Amino acid sequence: MTLLSIDDYRLAFDGFEGTAHVLDGITLDVARGETLGIVGETGCGKSVLARSLLRLNPAPPARVVSGTIRFEGENILAMPDAALRRLRGRRIAMVFQDPAAFLNPLLNIGTQMADVLHGQDSAGDAPRRSAREAHARSATLLASVGLPEPERLLDARPHQLSGGMRQRVLIAMALAGEPTLLVADEPTTALDVTVQAQILALIAALVAQRGLTLMLISHDLGVIAASCARVAAMYAGTVVEDAPTATLLATPRHPYTQGLLAALPDLDNPAHRPRGIPGSIPSLRNPPPGCRFHPRCAIATARCGVEKPALRALAPAHTVACHHA
Amino acid sequence: MTTPLLLAQGLGKTYALKQGRTVTAVADVDLALTPGAALGLVGESGCGKSTLARLLLRLTPATAGRISFAGTDITRIPERALRPLRRRMQIIHQNPSAALDPRLTAGAAVAEPLIIQNLARGAALRARVAALLAEVGLTAEFLNRFPHELSGGQKQRVCIARALATEPELLVLDEPTSALDVSVQAQILEFLETLRATRGLAWVFISHNLAVVRLLCEEVAVMYLGRIVEQGPANTVLGAPLHPYTRALLASVPRLGQIAAAAPGEPPNPAVPPSGCAFHPRCPLAEPRCRTDAPALRIAATGHAVACHLVPGTKRAAL
Amino acid sequence: MRARLAVHLVRRSFGTMLGLALVAMIIALALLGPFIVPYPDDVLGAVNLTNKLQPPSAAHWFGTDEVGNDILTRVIIGARLSLLVGIAIPLAAALIGVPLGILAGTAGGGLREAIMRLTDLFLSVPGLVLAIALVAALGPGIGNAMIALILVWWPGYVRIAESKALAIREEPFIEAARAAGASQVRILWRHVLPNSLSPLIVKMSMDIGQAILAIASLGFLGLGAKPPTPEWGAMISIARGYLPDWWWYAICPGALIYASVLGFNLLGDGLRDILDPRSNRG
Repeated sequence: MTLLSIDDYRLAFDGFEGTAHVLDGITLDVARGETLGIVGETGCGKSVLARSLLRLNPAPPARVVSGTIRFEGENILAMPDAALRRLRGRRIAMVFQDPAAFLNPLLNIGTQMADVLHGQDSAGDAPRRSAREAHARSATLLASVGLPEPERLLDARPHQLSGGMRQRVLIAMALAGEPTLLVADEPTTALDVTVQAQILALIAALVAQRGLTLMLISHDLGVIAASCARVAAMYAGTVVEDAPTATLLATPRHPYTQGLLAALPDLDNPAHRPRGIPGSIPSLRNPPPGCRFHPRCAIATARCGVEKPALRALAPAHTVACHHA
Repeated sequence: MTTPLLLAQGLGKTYALKQGRTVTAVADVDLALTPGAALGLVGESGCGKSTLARLLLRLTPATAGRISFAGTDITRIPERALRPLRRRMQIIHQNPSAALDPRLTAGAAVAEPLIIQNLARGAALRARVAALLAEVGLTAEFLNRFPHELSGGQKQRVCIARALATEPELLVLDEPTSALDVSVQAQILEFLETLRATRGLAWVFISHNLAVVRLLCEEVAVMYLGRIVEQGPANTVLGAPLHPYTRALLASVPRLGQIAAAAPGEPPNPAVPPSGCAFHPRCPLAEPRCRTDAPALRIAATGHAVACHLVPGTKRAAL
Repeated sequence: MRARLAVHLVRRSFGTMLGLALVAMIIALALLGPFIVPYPDDVLGAVNLTNKLQPPSAAHWFGTDEVGNDILTRVIIGARLSLLVGIAIPLAAALIGVPLGILAGTAGGGLREAIMRLTDLFLSVPGLVLAIALVAALGPGIGNAMIALILVWWPGYVRIAESKALAIREEPFIEAARAAGASQVRILWRHVLPNSLSPLIVKMSMDIGQAILAIASLGFLGLGAKPPTPEWGAMISIARGYLPDWWWYAICPGALIYASVLGFNLLGDGLRDILDPRSNRG
């Protein structure tokens, strides 16, 4: 059953140097209970897409050009503010890259968690819960993300916590509203590899226990391969390939995805020599016509420079946007 | 045995904090690098790998031990005496955006070491700079570009050209590709490999990315809380690790459909180091003696040294 | 690209536009003054008592003063002196303060302590009070007033240059220069100084307005320029005696002091936006 349905979503940013066409016709469906990874390099629009789900991109400069984002059938892009407040945190929750930046250094964890809970009370027109209730609920949430001694932690300030603990606190806050969809934007990029593994394991456990739908955004295909059953690769504001993770890793069909895999050094196979993709990412203010990847593509033909390839199914659940796949 | 290009003995760095407290960033590091050798330094944040890089190049003074470069003890010689040696050792930083002066063009940045070291001037200088940029794959049109007009990969190429300008024998690369996208990282790695082969460079390659280190280095040293805990040939250390920390590090690398949280907790704060073996609070194999005795680095097999009570080995000979 | 962006940022802000216009006007008056004044003879104070203290008229737009000189003429000519001291004081203060500040920021240790504590000493006394005390000691006159204001203002430049140098000292590009073997002098001159300039330029622009005001204040107190030198503050000082009946006498120099302080402040604000690297994108 489809939980989230993005259809031909186009988003532009208007700036002094011109309009940047950051998302160029994103079409993506996410089923309830699915774990979807979105992989792509700097500037591919993956974080902007994630923020679009909660309408967090500041407008202006952001401007929706076309399309719909339906969550449980409702178009998020057309939601009134009150409905949007009920959506944020309670239906879709988000975890970000830099946990330190999302915690107020001056307030203790308990106060910040209570603020989140009270915010949800007011958004949902529920009676404001008492300090005692908020405290108890916060402690339960902290315990559920594997933090020891939650009672003591509620009195701590963010700087007294390590990076991994801070990210756990933010995950606990994201869970506070019992969301259906958890969007995690580079949740482990600021962390060390041993801590990254702990956080990924925590997210996987929460997804399994609570039946969450997960959208994990990362530049690191390894992180997504470990955590997600399905992956969508983005390039310059478009989804170029969408497939089950194992399929995409074994038989990538889009030249960009193939290039991305070839560029990745493999720890377990040092004989694999990574090869770079020639050229660099295009300007989104003045993107190449046709397929946005064609100037860097080894198999591009004249058609690629004129006609934008649509996503088409090569196999059930494996779609590719390439004229030559 | 040939004279090592770089030799560090008992190298350490302790910073003084307020109220008489101290924090030890690097301790007891012994390293020898022969000309043309490639050593990888891996470890998590706060393990001291970047401080060690700066100690090796005398960009920060050591508080313990000795370093010598090409047979000259550089631990304490004055900066003026060091300047001719600086020509032969260079550094490449993690974030190319910060490593380039925002007010200097790419051409001026590459020219600077040549001017400082008095290696070229006038038309010869301009020709050298253009040739260096060409070597890193940048055309002459980049000469007059400012850093903010370049992409991340292009900036890192300018940094490499700048480091190569004085024809160094030793290059210290501090996470040179971690700020770059993988497709660009692969371009730079390919290019660095060619460079080492053609110029016969020796390098110390610092990275948290084990795959990159395995690819580019013959030897690897794993650091934890300021000390080397395992050192040896890259294929052995990263293929058949002996230290529990190295094993945890390797197991934590995400793989398809598999997440292994192999070590609980997080790297400790260097200001309050654990007693005994620094890794013992996170070690699945820790024994009572690990809490009290710090293990020394011992030879477990030829060329393979490990600092763990549970790995048998013999005392390492002094370098 | 950067020039175009600067034009864009200036246009976007009314304040910056106004500041630019006022500053352009003051500069034009200073440059063209002798050629456009209606009564060139009045510049140095010709005595024409039959015309004294006339109200504004077609012949004298802003009236005449107590010795019959055209006020507009004297105010226009005064722009030259005000602008000159307005630029000279911050420039001299920066020439003393910036090297000291950069030295303090990069050297650290005892030298830094010595420089910064001396700076604090100067900053702990209110500027104008210190200036008045200094002029009282040195003797009144425009030259001594300038010396006093320079002595009052250099510490502000030390502060800014020091904090900027402290931050830049930690940048990897400084380490890269050291790794290439650059000497301390070269690092200061080629890397630290150019990257510290933006906030200093902003401060200088704002200080030009403040310097014009300060020198006028000293003139008003009789410690700066002496009549018949056409100086705005000195003019207001005399005009004060003719208030409120001969109000136009004070209004004209007052308006120009106001316009120049406002103009340089608004321009400084605008420069802050333009020179900030974060405003790279509009």
